[in-house]
Amino acid sequence: MNSFYKKEDKQLIFRLDEEIDECEVQKIRRRLDNEIERYMPKEVIFDFSKVSFMDSAGIGLIIGRYKLANMLGGKVQVTNMQEPVKKIFDMSGISKIIEEVQYE
Amino acid sequence: MNNIYDNEMKIEFLSKSNNEAFARIAVAAFIAQLDPTLEEIADIKTAVSEAVTNSIIHGYEERIGIIKLICKIRNKEVFIEISDSGKGIENIEMAKQPLFTTKANLERSGMGFTIMESFMDDVEVESVLGLGTKVTMKRKIKSNSQNEEFAIATIRREE
Ligand SMILES: Nc1ncnc2c1ncn2[C@@H]1O[C@H](COP(=O)(O)OP(=O)(O)O)[C@@H](O)[C@H]1O
Ligand SMILES: [Mg+2]
Repeated sequence: MNSFYKKEDKQLIFRLDEEIDECEVQKIRRRLDNEIERYMPKEVIFDFSKVSFMDSAGIGLIIGRYKLANMLGGKVQVTNMQEPVKKIFDMSGISKIIEEVQYE
Repeated sequence: MNNIYDNEMKIEFLSKSNNEAFARIAVAAFIAQLDPTLEEIADIKTAVSEAVTNSIIHGYEERIGIIKLICKIRNKEVFIEISDSGKGIENIEMAKQPLFTTKANLERSGMGFTIMESFMDDVEVESVLGLGTKVTMKRKIKSNSQNEEFAIATIRREE
């Protein structure tokens, strides 16, 4: 996974790797939180352009970061979701609280 | 050997998190002989991933145990059985409710059974406290266009 912070827009972007399951989530969760706490971004953007597989662990991951970002006065957005990921996202109902945006 | 199935496989593996990917990829490779669509493959992989992850984090929790995965094919139908000898489920009906989780502290979303049920045609859960859990799932693979073309060509020839 790579991430970058856009200072002028106060945007923190996480470009997730190909497969998001419990195994992957356990590996990256702490790093995401560290970066959110460090930059206190206005927008945390999850870029799914590389993600071809996601199960419910990904939903838990997004909700968890949503809570943290919210607490620090920011919001979470998602972008570039492919079909299989979009299906999980819509089914979980989190599309109601997390905005999908155009990016790049 | 008498067997009503066209093909069948069985694997056993340890309840380690990196086996989630192994299990779903093994099933995807096995069912490729049915010529499923990309969407069907994605749905089945996701359901397998949910059931295996449940055995690892809920069934065995911190311990290491064995997870058994059986996949069978008959006509165009896939049968999958995933079982553990872990702690078992106290109330299956409650466990199946969307958003229900006993591990909110681990950021589980409680959507595992909901995803299995909506991605598969049928999901059965059997569980005995202290003995373990078995999830059995079915999914019919629709004939894809290639098969349809072949069928139409055959019918034409017969006419
Ligand atoms: N193999 C299993 N062994 C023990 N408990 C299980 C198992 N699978 C599911 N459960 C129970 O059912 C609940 C719901 O499962 P699920 O819908 O996948 O949501 P989640 O995994 O996010 O908690 C779990 O929180 C757990 O209490
Ligand atoms: Mg689950």
